[in-house]
Amino acid sequence: MYYLWVFLIGGLICAFGELLIIKTNITSARILVLFVLIGVVLEAFGIFDPISDFARAGINTPIIGFGASLAKGAIGAVKARGLIGAFTGGFEATAAGIAAAVGFAFLFGLLFKARTKK
Amino acid sequence: MDEKKRNEAYNNYVKAKIPKTKPWPSLFNSFWVGGLICVLGQGINDLIMLWFPNMAEQTAWTYTLVVLIFLASFLTGLGVYDRIGKFAGGGSIVPITGFSNSITSPALEFKNEGIIYGMCVKMFTIAGPVIVVGIISSIIVGLIYLFI
Repeated sequence: MYYLWVFLIGGLICAFGELLIIKTNITSARILVLFVLIGVVLEAFGIFDPISDFARAGINTPIIGFGASLAKGAIGAVKARGLIGAFTGGFEATAAGIAAAVGFAFLFGLLFKARTKK
Repeated sequence: MDEKKRNEAYNNYVKAKIPKTKPWPSLFNSFWVGGLICVLGQGINDLIMLWFPNMAEQTAWTYTLVVLIFLASFLTGLGVYDRIGKFAGGGSIVPITGFSNSITSPALEFKNEGIIYGMCVKMFTIAGPVIVVGIISSIIVGLIYLFI
């Protein structure tokens, strides 16, 4: 039952993030940046895909997967189109995610009542 | 008082004031909440694959991310996601839903300062650095693969 692995690996990655928050009082922006970088590095060294075959959403749902698609997009585009791929690949691969996040944020930002963070 | 001593005193003061989270319960909560969000992602992905068997795996996963981002943004609008965040900490920040929350949350928070200078600018307070670092590192990886 691969759902168990998805749960365990995804949970452990999130718990690792929480551990960093507790130990270093790191802000959530830094956590996200750090995990994106981990994803980029894993993909660049070709380690991400073997883990992904096994962990599936467990490693793709955490923002590590976002970093991995950035790197994967850049690598693929460089192989297909040369130099310009290094500049187009990252955004191409993550365009849907970024556009959805910005689009829904704008939509729900307009629809829902403004509220201050407590 | 010299600067060093003053800083030290200040740091101790801050340390005493920061609310203490008990490490084990908060680790456990981020573990199971984060794990469940990943299971939800896998479930959505499997449903999409079931309904559209001809869809490429990569496309199906992109749809899954869009659905997760939608849900997180909607729940942030309702104020539910921030409550989950208080409970689960890293479990709600690390998944892609946390990225979505980090854009929607300031959009709502700074709505009163106007659409352009409030919402549109503040949306990227957290997502900005993530996208900047992500894009720069992807350019570097692309360049490295170009030359090897």
